Amino acid sequence: MIEVKDLYYTYPTGLEALKGISLTVNDGEFLAVMGQNGAGKTTLVKHFNGLLKPTKGEILVDGVSTRDVSVAQLARNVGFVFQNPDHQLFSETVEEEIVFALRNFGFEKAVIEKQVDWALNLLDVTQYRKTSPFMLSGGERKRVALASILAWDPQVIILDEPTIGQDHQQKEKLQQFILQLNAQKKTVIVVTHDVEFVAECSPRVILMSQGKIVVDGTAKKILTNPKVLAQASIVPPQITQIFLELADLGLPTDVIDVHEATKILLNRLRKRS
Amino acid sequence: MSVFEGFKFRKVSSVVHDLDPRIKFFFVSVLFVMAILFTKLLALTVLFFIPLPFVFMAKVNRQWLRSLRGAAFLAIFIFATNFIFGYFSPASFQGITPPVDTLVEYLVLLERAAAMTLRFVVLIASFSVFFLTTSPDHLGLALQQSRIPYEFCFAFTTAVRFVPVLADEAQTIMDAQKARGLELERGNLLKRVKNYIPILIPLIVNAIRRSLELAESMESRAWGASEKRTNLYELKLKRADYILVLISVLMLLLAVYVWLYVSIPSLTTLLSL
Ligand SMILES: Nc1ncnc2c1ncn2[C@@H]1O[C@H](COP(=O)(O)OP(=O)(O)O)[C@@H](O)[C@H]1O
Ligand SMILES: [Mg+2]
Repeated sequence: MIEVKDLYYTYPTGLEALKGISLTVNDGEFLAVMGQNGAGKTTLVKHFNGLLKPTKGEILVDGVSTRDVSVAQLARNVGFVFQNPDHQLFSETVEEEIVFALRNFGFEKAVIEKQVDWALNLLDVTQYRKTSPFMLSGGERKRVALASILAWDPQVIILDEPTIGQDHQQKEKLQQFILQLNAQKKTVIVVTHDVEFVAECSPRVILMSQGKIVVDGTAKKILTNPKVLAQASIVPPQITQIFLELADLGLPTDVIDVHEATKILLNRLRKRS
Repeated sequence: MSVFEGFKFRKVSSVVHDLDPRIKFFFVSVLFVMAILFTKLLALTVLFFIPLPFVFMAKVNRQWLRSLRGAAFLAIFIFATNFIFGYFSPASFQGITPPVDTLVEYLVLLERAAAMTLRFVVLIASFSVFFLTTSPDHLGLALQQSRIPYEFCFAFTTAVRFVPVLADEAQTIMDAQKARGLELERGNLLKRVKNYIPILIPLIVNAIRRSLELAESMESRAWGASEKRTNLYELKLKRADYILVLISVLMLLLAVYVWLYVSIPSLTTLLSL
């Protein structure tokens, strides 16, 4: 469980990036952190594994204040997948890349071998085991980066902007994968401003703007409220926009999912004919 | 990374910022020459005070101090090596009859090491003022108007411009690797140096990748197409610039005169009188 208590953070440059954030993320929860660029999303989640320490306030991860433990200790339970895989890949082979963290955490050799096989398989990159990560495509590099973090099986997984720069097929795969993780009782925290992605995964959503949380609620509640979304410069999903515009026809205004929308429209059409 | 901070330009307006970069460069070069001419602590202390009025006039005291603090480690290193080497080969010192054993002889060594350190500090202090108060654009313009080929000017200004970008990127990479359990401050000296490999490789790879991208995008915008480039802005010398030239030349003449005809006493002899 992650408890954020009245968190303030000011960067050394003097910029106050977080202004009084309070939030609890329960075990096994799926949370999306949304908001426009510069809202403070990355700054907030960097507190969850201790990369940043509160200027004021407190973060408790499983009851322990992040001030009292090192990043390496926190990272064992809280995996953080950075936005750009090129900020972490450095090894000669994909396999080495995955071993890196496991070795840092002091796993036994036999365990390392097992976990590497498992992670390679999980992200479908086994065929690149001996390939240099620099030779892979963008999507593959992203998957290797993910594998290198999931390999130590952290309980909490944070993903910063995972869908940026991915083609549709990769996005679809990634989405399935993230849902699967959450189904396995992992706590998943995704930083994103991809509304379609949030609409399809339907997690709990917090909307941030200028270092504060504007609203906290279900994806359905937040994505269908254009007024609230506008505060964070986010536009509702297209399907929601259609239903909002057709509200006069008596259509529901809280639709975010394409399948749900299809069903409602089909029913309508059937009734007519 | 705090040494970089001292060389990062911030857009402010002041008398010092508005000076012609060529003249400012001439001024710091004179300081540089003077720092090399003199070896006595007394003389170098005087030199240290010369850039101070400029720091205050430009209101860059905070950043300037930060660059000095950033250089502290190297300064300590210089002090230590000078002292140690002086101790083991004292023959070249006036006032020391080897071996070094009396208090006065130790003081001579200390003064010499302090002087060499101060020489380094003077260099950092004056060049930091120059870079803190000169925009990369101005600098590029100055180089071009000094008839240096445009290719070199462009390469130089681009390099300067990318220093802060690289510093930010290094921070992100460090965070990404710490999130994978890397502990930079762990192990013996050799291990600590090795700890930086996972940071340096992505940093270098990304820098190369970025420079290739920059080259492509420049070329697709017809870089180098016209033989003769003209500039929107031209640098013109103003009154303040002439005054600074005068000051610099007088300083240089005075310094050469003192160097030739005045023997500066060392502190140790002054005190033992
Ligand atoms: N290392 C840093 N130093 C100074 N300011 C920063 C740094 N990182 C981010 N910021 C600033 O903090 C604010 C929040 O940034 P960030 O958390 O990255 O936003 P988001 O992830 O929501 O786009 C922005 O205004 C950004 O410019
Ligand atoms: Mg971000």
